[in-house]
Order: sequence, then structure tokens, then C-alpha cells
Amino acid sequence: MSEREPHTGPSPEAFREEIVKSYSGKVAKKRAKHILVNDPEVPAEIEANVRTIPGIISQRGCCYAGCKGVVMGPIKDMVHIVHGPIGCSYYAWLSRRNQAATGDGVANFIHYAFSTDMQEEDIVFGGEKKLAQACREAYAAFQPTAIGLYATCPVGLIGDDVHAVARQMSEELGINVFGFSCEGYKGVSQSAGHHIANNGLFKNVVGLDDTPVDHPFSINLLGEYNIGGDAFEIERILDLCGIHLVATFSGNVKYGDIASSHNAKLNVVMCHRSINYMAEMMEKKFGIPWFKVNFIGADSTAKSLRKIAEYFGDAELTARVEAVIADELAKVAAVRADVASRLSGKTAMLFVGGSRAHHYQDLFNEVGMTSVAAGYEFAHRDDYEGRRVLPSIKVDADSRNIEELHIGPDDTRFTPRRTPEEIETAEKKGFAWRDYDGMMAQMKKGTLVIDDISHFEMEKLIAVYKPDIFCSGVKDKYVVEKMGVPCKQLHSYDYGGPYAGFIGASNFYQEIDRMIGKRITRLITPPWKQQTA
Amino acid sequence: MLDMTPATVAERSALKINPAKTCQPVGAVYAALGVHGCLPHSHGSQGCCAYHRSHLTRHFKEPVMASTSSFTEGSSVFGGMANLTQAFGTIFEMYNPDIVAVHTTCLSEVIGDDIPTIISKGREEGKIPEGKVVVHCNTPSFVGSHVTGFSAMVKGFVKYLSENTGTRSTAINILPGWVEPSDMTEIKRLVAAFGLPSIMLPDTSSVLDAPATGEHAFFPKGGTTLPELKAMGDAKATLSLGTWASLDAATLLETKCGVPFQDLDLPIGLAATDRFIQSLQALAGVEVPTQIEDERGRLVDVISDMHQYLSGRKVAIYGDPDHVIALTEFCRDMDMLPVHVLTGSVGNAFETRIKDILADSVPEANVKAQGDLYLLHQWIKNDPVDLLLGTTYGKFISRAEDIPLVRVGWPILDRVGHSYFPTVGYLGSLRLAVEIISAIQERQDRDAPDHAFELVL
Repeated sequence: MSEREPHTGPSPEAFREEIVKSYSGKVAKKRAKHILVNDPEVPAEIEANVRTIPGIISQRGCCYAGCKGVVMGPIKDMVHIVHGPIGCSYYAWLSRRNQAATGDGVANFIHYAFSTDMQEEDIVFGGEKKLAQACREAYAAFQPTAIGLYATCPVGLIGDDVHAVARQMSEELGINVFGFSCEGYKGVSQSAGHHIANNGLFKNVVGLDDTPVDHPFSINLLGEYNIGGDAFEIERILDLCGIHLVATFSGNVKYGDIASSHNAKLNVVMCHRSINYMAEMMEKKFGIPWFKVNFIGADSTAKSLRKIAEYFGDAELTARVEAVIADELAKVAAVRADVASRLSGKTAMLFVGGSRAHHYQDLFNEVGMTSVAAGYEFAHRDDYEGRRVLPSIKVDADSRNIEELHIGPDDTRFTPRRTPEEIETAEKKGFAWRDYDGMMAQMKKGTLVIDDISHFEMEKLIAVYKPDIFCSGVKDKYVVEKMGVPCKQLHSYDYGGPYAGFIGASNFYQEIDRMIGKRITRLITPPWKQQTA
Repeated sequence: MLDMTPATVAERSALKINPAKTCQPVGAVYAALGVHGCLPHSHGSQGCCAYHRSHLTRHFKEPVMASTSSFTEGSSVFGGMANLTQAFGTIFEMYNPDIVAVHTTCLSEVIGDDIPTIISKGREEGKIPEGKVVVHCNTPSFVGSHVTGFSAMVKGFVKYLSENTGTRSTAINILPGWVEPSDMTEIKRLVAAFGLPSIMLPDTSSVLDAPATGEHAFFPKGGTTLPELKAMGDAKATLSLGTWASLDAATLLETKCGVPFQDLDLPIGLAATDRFIQSLQALAGVEVPTQIEDERGRLVDVISDMHQYLSGRKVAIYGDPDHVIALTEFCRDMDMLPVHVLTGSVGNAFETRIKDILADSVPEANVKAQGDLYLLHQWIKNDPVDLLLGTTYGKFISRAEDIPLVRVGWPILDRVGHSYFPTVGYLGSLRLAVEIISAIQERQDRDAPDHAFELVL
């Protein structure tokens, strides 16, 4: 870790104090726990995954957005029927940029939105009949393999049972219909929806197809949603390496892939926050080990590939992976060096999501930039401080209401891919299983870590420290740009990408170079208002 | 693209596919952004507010500020009073707006939260400081559409704030409907050309088309001001533009404050702009300024000169009722054939009006309120068109069927320009006509064999 003070401007401690002082009473007390000055050696306890204070302008969305919007929506050959007023389905329609390849003869509904468009009479008299009829109409038109039903806020209140309708429709239509109680008010953010989606997929889809996967190096990629084609780039790299991808959860994926995902030999996890539940449950039920990977960043991609090769312990695979890495890194190197010559020493701030605010720091590091402040929108303490704190995380009332599945080994299909002895031996040699060290261990000493950043805090942060680039989402994008600081959207990628893998790394370096170098930024002030030197 | 859509239209009673509308609250947010110093507040789950801010931002490429009551499961059981009163405290302390405009959501409506009671409590508890204004409207998501949500918020401002002091002013009220900041600027220019003092509600110009200055203004300089909102009750007349978006507020201004109103279409296209101009002329009691007459003449000139590219072209028009009505009439007047006309919003009046407009030109047109874009696509598969006229969501049909799309209405998520260049008035209609002509000519050029690829069109 560098001893260099990452910030220019007031000390982070002073900044923190000033921010907290701006709030009064209880609000100040609450926000103080979400704002820390980082020490990577001993990450301090941060408050996370708790309620946003009403009235605070937050980045956060709802449980439904996490369930249907993030995890389930990308499954391309399912019909996802949103049971509720029209808005919920409308806003989750194509807005996250989950790309899905067409043309493989498989149904693709990624460009479609389905809703029961609940009206007042459905609220008064109940909407279950309408939901059942919607399933029939969807089946009549498309004959999909499966239908997902998603409950929105009013559905929970009026007592419509999406699961009962799902059971009835499975029987009537002869296809898999399953429901999600992902009403928007559940939990404190999208995070609750991720958990509910994981549970639903695990209970209703994973394990349905026992056809053996005949490949020595078969894996599932968990927590990769193919924004801007990221999953396509990872698929390309895995293919070059000779690693067989059974299912991605859930970018560019088919329902059938997920149904047979339990036949894979390994699970690797990209977005720890949204999908760690699935990795855990699949390990307990089927004996599939998991570890964390990161395909954001060229070096991180190489590292992740090497770890996968190490897991399989096959000399031929290792050689092939090394050859791919050498070849791909060589292509990246020139772009990286060129961009780094301009960007080295510049600063970034990242406030987004549940993993991206961490992952993207690798890309900035690769071109010599420092991430001086970062935080998540909806992550939990383990995403900041590392999984070692899991036993000490207090479960509050909001999280307790989200079902925790208790999973044991499957009677017939539990086949540990590694014996406990093998796991232990590897661990002794430094191979980390079920690992995630979190964001804080990787950030420099004296950087700021802010959870669930408020609009007010964001503006202050930018005004005080003037970062060279700020990474966030669409709601913040133009606020930041108005302040004369380029803002890179890390949800939608500003409609660019891919940024994963090797090609993605080059894309990202060049994109940041473009944004920071924008000539127009220097032309904001009209000549007649410029002070003469 | 959209490969799953069959050409055969089957009766559907429960399933909406690819909607042509969204729910009420986003309209309330847009309307509230057009009031100066106003913070829209969403009384419901966080997701509603996040979605509305995101979508409006995608359309305008501008900051969109709004706060939320951040409901949890507990608030859903016990009611949202505690959340909203707490939100008032936070909002006035942190953001210090002049006005907070609360709108409800499906969640708070099902619970039955009574917003006026909560506002009173907020005042009693000192969460709403002296001199600060809080207004509200009810926008349950299971009623109406984003357009009626807009209408409800505009009406809410009138209900809470407009006053008849007993002295009539010379000003007129303009309710511009759900149009762009550029359209509001253009409407104000036309009104001013008649020498008429006016108050516009809402007015998102200089709010959602803010210049880059190196600073972010949390409350931009534009928007209807509080004194103006009050003074609307003293105006001599109201021009309500767009029945769906504006008529409710206009009606209330009449019943509450005695301000007479005229129910007009959005002034998009020749005939609708003519009616708007005639209303202004009558109110001002002056001749139509030459400058405006010249603008009209230029529009007529271009349509006449380019008639061969317009006449007989089949067009599918979709979007919000006020826009679609004006666009249908405009297309008819250019001798285009609107064969498919659809809105996602409710209203038999919409179907009647469109059929009336098309009675002598396309009596067989497919016309539907409460439709969806899946149905529109099916119609097009069965009866292809030369042009699509509507929002960005039509781009998938455009690609699937290889039909040019001219973007108009809300939302436009994939192009810029709409917030800076109007589609209302003769000038705005000229811009729209040029876009339509260009789209058709581009297609002709693209499809022409080399020997017929023309230098001059």
C-alpha cells in the first residue's frame, strides 16, 4: 500500500466531520456510521444494508428491481410476467442493457415486456384470475418453456398469491411456472430482490435437468449479467481457454442452461452481492465448490483464469490458459501504456451497485489511477469488509423477512467435486475458497468509503475533491457532468462496452481517456468570462 | 428482432405486451419539475422514485431531482405517515425547496394514506417550516397512465395555490400539456407575439434544458413561480392545450376561480396551430402578427413543395393521446394515410376523436385506446406502413419490419434535440414535417437502384 496521501484538499477525516455536521440529530448519527476513512490493514466496521432515511435522495431502487430487473430478467427464453400496475414492467424493460444473443433457434423475449397492467377493479376484487389468464394468453401466443411471475407492491398488500397461481398454471399449461414475492417494499434496496431471485431459481429451476455435462472443465459463471456484452467477451475468453461454460447467472442464458447448471464442476462468482446465495446453496446441495473471480481488468482477468486452471490442476489446461493470457495481454499492453501515459496519477470516485464500485478500481489501477473514494448502493458489510465479518453481521427486521433457505446435501446428487481433505490441502497452499476480501482491503489508506451515498454527500465530495472522473448511475450522471466532471455510468456503461475481459479492458481504458481528455470540458467558460492571467 | 410476435391477432383480456404507456407518478414528477423551487416527492417504495428519475433523465439527459418516502415492509403494514413526516424534516433541512409536491403511488394508495392529514401533522410537528408550501395529488398507478398523473399534479397546484382575489388581471393562463421545454419556450414566444401577458403551468424550460456552466443548480432558474401559481386564479382566461394533460386543471381554474377556459389540442401541425393562433388572436384582440403568418406560410410552402413524398404514404402513429390526436390530424392534412393509430392510455373519447379526424380519408383505420406496441406490430405485419411516428419504443418494430421511424412524443431515449427544438407552432411543425420528409427521402435513396439514384429530390 502506498503511503502517499491519495487526496489533495482537506483531510478525509475533516471532510467526514463536515459532512456529518451538515445533518442534524438522528440523521447525523445514522449517516456517520456509513462514512469511513479507510485503513486497508484493519477495515473498520461500516453500516450497510440498512434503511435509507426517508427524504434523503438516494441512488437506491427496490426489491422488485433486484429480482426481476437484475437477476431474472436476463434469462432470455422465459416469459417474465410482472403482476402489477404497468410501470414496474415498463421500467424494467430493456433499461439494464442485458444483451442476449439471438439466432440460435431459441426463443428470445429480451425485447419484450409483459404485465397484467392491474386496474382499480383488480386491486379491489383481487388480481389472481387476471394473472392466471395472462399466463394462458402468454402460453397461447408463445408456448415458452417457463414463465416467471413477479409480485409488485400492491400485490402483496391485497393478498394475491403468485405462488398459488403459478402452481395452478404449471399444472394447466404443462410448463414450469413459478412465482417471486418480490414486492418493492421488501428489504431496504435491490439487494432483497437478489436474494429472493436466488431462492426462487434454486428451488424451481436449478437441478431439473440431470443430463450429464460431458466436459472435464465445466463451470458456471455466477453474477454476470451481460451488460453491454460483458458476458460475450468472457464467453470468448473461456472458449479460447477450453473451459466449458454450462450456465451464466444470468446474462445471455437460457432456462435450460440453468436447469442443468448443477452438473458443472465449479462455480465462479463475479458479483458477490447479487449471487453469493446461489453459490452457497449449490455447494451445500450438490457439492460444487466456489470462489470469487473478477473479469473486470486485464490483470484481474488473467488472475481469475489462472485460478480456474489451478482448480482443475490439468497441465494441458494450464498451458492453454497461459498461452491465451500471454496473447491477450500483449494486445492490451500497447493501449494500456498509451492511455496510462496520460491518465497516471489521476483520481476516480466510484459509487455504484454491489460489486462494480470495487471491480472497476482494478481497471483504474491498471492505468495508474487512484480510486480516492468509493461505496456501494446496496451492498452488505461483507462486500466492504470481507466475508470474514459474516458471522458478526446483525440481521435486522428488514433482512429477517427475506427467506433464508436451509439447504442440506441432495440425497442422490450430492457429489463433492473436491473432498474436504483436498479443499484443506489447497487452502494450506494459499488457495482461497468461498472467498471475498471486500472493497476496503484493496483501497488505499486514507481513502473515503461511503455506503448508500446521498445526493448531498455526492455533490460535496465532488465540489471538495474535484476527481478526474466520477462513476455512478444515470440519476447522478448529468448532475456530475453539470459540475464539469466527467461521469461514467457503471450500470449502463453509457451505452458502450463491453468492459469485461481483455477486449473490455482496452475499451474501458480508451473510454476513460476520451472522457477525461474531452476538449469541450475546457470550453465550458465563455471567453468573455475567463480571467486574464 | 421481435421474432416471437405472430401476425395473427388473438384476443387478450389480461396480458399487456410491450406497453405504450407507463403509470401515473412519473407524470406527476415531470409536472412538478416545471414549478420553480419545487422538489417532487414520491410517497411509496424507493424503486418508484428511482425508476421515474432514471427514465426522465434518459429522455432529457439532464439532472432530475426527486425524493422518496422509502417505504419498508413496516411502513406498508403500519402506514406511511411516519415516513412522510420524517421525509418533510429531511427535505427542508437538506434541500430547502420552496415547495414540495407529493404524489402517491399504488402502495400508499392501497394502504390508504391520507396525504392532507400527514401534511397537517408535518406542520404541527414543525417538520414543514413556516412559509414553505406542500401540495399533493393522488396518482395510484393502477388508474390512468403517466398522462393522467401529469394532469393530476397540474390540477394539484391549482387546487392548493391558485386564488381568485376578486381582481381580474390581463394575463392568460397557458396549460401547455405534456410537451418539451423547447415547446414551452416556443408557445411562450407565440403568446408574447400577441402582446399577451401569460402564466404557464408547468414550465420546464430553463429547468430540463439547463446550460452547462460548471455548476449544478439543484433548483434551476426556470419553472412557474409561487406568485404566478397564485395569480393564475385572477387570469382572464385559460388556454388548455391537450385535453388529456390539461383539461382537469383548466376546469378547476374555472370552477374554483372563475377563469374561463378553452379546450384546445396540442398546437402541433397546421390546423391545430391555426386554432391556437385564432384563440390568441381573439384573446388579444389584435391582428395575427405578420411574422407568425409568414411562419405559417413557410410550413404550407414546404408541405406543398414536397407533397409527392408525403401523399398516400401509410403511417402508424402511437404514443400519448394529446400527441397522437394532433399528429393524426397533421398527417391527414399532408395527405398521408394514418392507417394504425394507437395509445396506451385510456379513453373512448380518443378513439372517437381519431375516427372523426380520419372519417373522410382513412375510415378503415385501426384505432385503439389502451393498446400496446405488440398489437401495433401485429397490425403492421398485416398491413405494412411507410413510416412510424412515435416514441423510441417503436425502434424495435422499425428494425423488425424495416420501416423508418420519426421520433416524437415521450419518451425519446435514444436521440437528442427534442428538448431544444420544438414540435409545436408553425416552426415546430415545420421541423417535424422536415423530419418526416427526410425519413421518407432517406428510404427512397437507400432503396433506389443506381440508375434511379437521384441528384435532386
